[in-house]
Amino acid sequence: MTLLEVDGLDVRYGDFQALSGVRLHVDRGRAMALIGANGAGKTTLLRTIAGALTGSAGRIRYDGTDITGAPPHRRIRQGIAMVPEGRRLFPSLTVEENILIGASAAASPDWPLDRIYDTFPIIARRRRHRASALSGGEQQAVAIGRALAAGPSLLLLDEISLGLAPRVIAELYEMLAGLRAAGATLVIVEQDLQRALDACDDLTCLLEGRVVLTGPAAGVQRDEVVAAYFGVSTAGRADGVPSPAPGPSGGPPGRRATGPAEPPGDSEGRP
Amino acid sequence: MNWVNAAVQGILLGGEYALIACGLSLTFGVMRLVNIAHGDLAVCGAYGALVLSAALGVPVWYTLPLLLPAAFGIGMALQVLLFGRALRAGILAPVMVTFGLSVVIENLLTAGATSDPRGLNGGGLALASFGIGPHITVSWLLATAFLTACLVLSLLQVALARTSWGRQVRATADDLDTARLVGVRVMPVFASVAGIGVATAALAGVFIGTISTFDPLTGTDSLIFAFEAVVIGGLGSLWGTLAGGVSLGVVQVVVGQVNQEYAVLAVHLLFLLVLAVRPSGLFAGSALEQA
Repeated sequence: MTLLEVDGLDVRYGDFQALSGVRLHVDRGRAMALIGANGAGKTTLLRTIAGALTGSAGRIRYDGTDITGAPPHRRIRQGIAMVPEGRRLFPSLTVEENILIGASAAASPDWPLDRIYDTFPIIARRRRHRASALSGGEQQAVAIGRALAAGPSLLLLDEISLGLAPRVIAELYEMLAGLRAAGATLVIVEQDLQRALDACDDLTCLLEGRVVLTGPAAGVQRDEVVAAYFGVSTAGRADGVPSPAPGPSGGPPGRRATGPAEPPGDSEGRP
Repeated sequence: MNWVNAAVQGILLGGEYALIACGLSLTFGVMRLVNIAHGDLAVCGAYGALVLSAALGVPVWYTLPLLLPAAFGIGMALQVLLFGRALRAGILAPVMVTFGLSVVIENLLTAGATSDPRGLNGGGLALASFGIGPHITVSWLLATAFLTACLVLSLLQVALARTSWGRQVRATADDLDTARLVGVRVMPVFASVAGIGVATAALAGVFIGTISTFDPLTGTDSLIFAFEAVVIGGLGSLWGTLAGGVSLGVVQVVVGQVNQEYAVLAVHLLFLLVLAVRPSGLFAGSALEQA
């Protein structure tokens, strides 16, 4: 059952078009990995779903409701919460106050403070400390706790592993696996391709603001993802024949690759 | 003992400066709004009390339960209709819009109430005094103004530190975009802060009107003193604002003891000195942050 449906989304920053005709389907209880090079539009897409940005065209539906023009607090009330890139904690507030801010427009009382502290014992000890005094891993845990405090059904996670030690990243992803087991729906932006493929059911690759590959993570070939990631043409390969972008509900579920509409470019990306 | 007396009077006067400055400090700290019309809004409070007390036939103090909620509402309306739009239009727009508002208010007051100086009748409070020791006499009116300023600042501080409203205000002051993103409704937060700013200004205006006289242009002077109190105390710090106001008051009265002509000049020199030596203010570090 579809929880989130993005259709034909265009987002512009002035003259620059960050997203063009983006389509995205996330089924309830699934985890979607959103990958792509820097500047491909991943963060823009997440922020538009969360309501921080407004598209110039296209619709966003959540749980059967059109939320295209809804402000962020209404979307949170309906169950969408976001962990922004770079954590973005309120530096002058304590850990606990940061988490309580996340509960300002809570969708459900599923995540009281106690449960958040049980999930992240490392921040329970530091609840009275300023958020700015914490380590990167602790801050990331607080940022996730702040999003969970809203009692979300859909959690948007933007590069939660950025700048963290591998052991801390592994712990965070273990925690995400626990959330998934509890029925949460996730959309994860992740630079580490392997980690994204391991943690998620589905995969969507953006290239220069367009969806170039989408489908279940399990069936996807690594070199196919790499090709979509960098926009290298895969023409000539048996499984890489370009096809039109997938419709909102068209076709049987399965791997669907679409050729990049733009010529190959964006060499700034890192795999 | 004259000097001690002067210092005491200066401290009391400083409470007045702090009361008018705290709204300026708060609106800057939260919304990054420099409200040039702040002093004029204070003077509007004084005129409002004058009109209300005449119309209702009650002492000035009895108009406050009517005047302060009205000022709060006007502040909210100004934020929603004017300041909020100006803040979205860039850095310069809020300065020009509030400057324009200041000019409009001053001219409307002149047209409606002439430029004659007026005073508010503070009743028995304005005439009574008490002594501390044999040499120091304190006016009950000044003492009340000072205690009121301390009370208002304390209440604000507690509200910012301990309530969920205060938490949202501080989060918004820290990072507006993220506050919106994680579910804070920014418009009511801004509107309430602007309401508090105008209500405290109106309260200060009533005290200014009872302690001395006022006319339609008094707001400009009040604004300068309020700005100096805020800058000396450190932007965004409520206790710093009180300390800044007290510093101004003490310098003004103590220098006035020597030569009245130099009293106001000395205040501005103190301000320039602080700006030159410690531009972040004597008590830098935000109360919004320390709360």
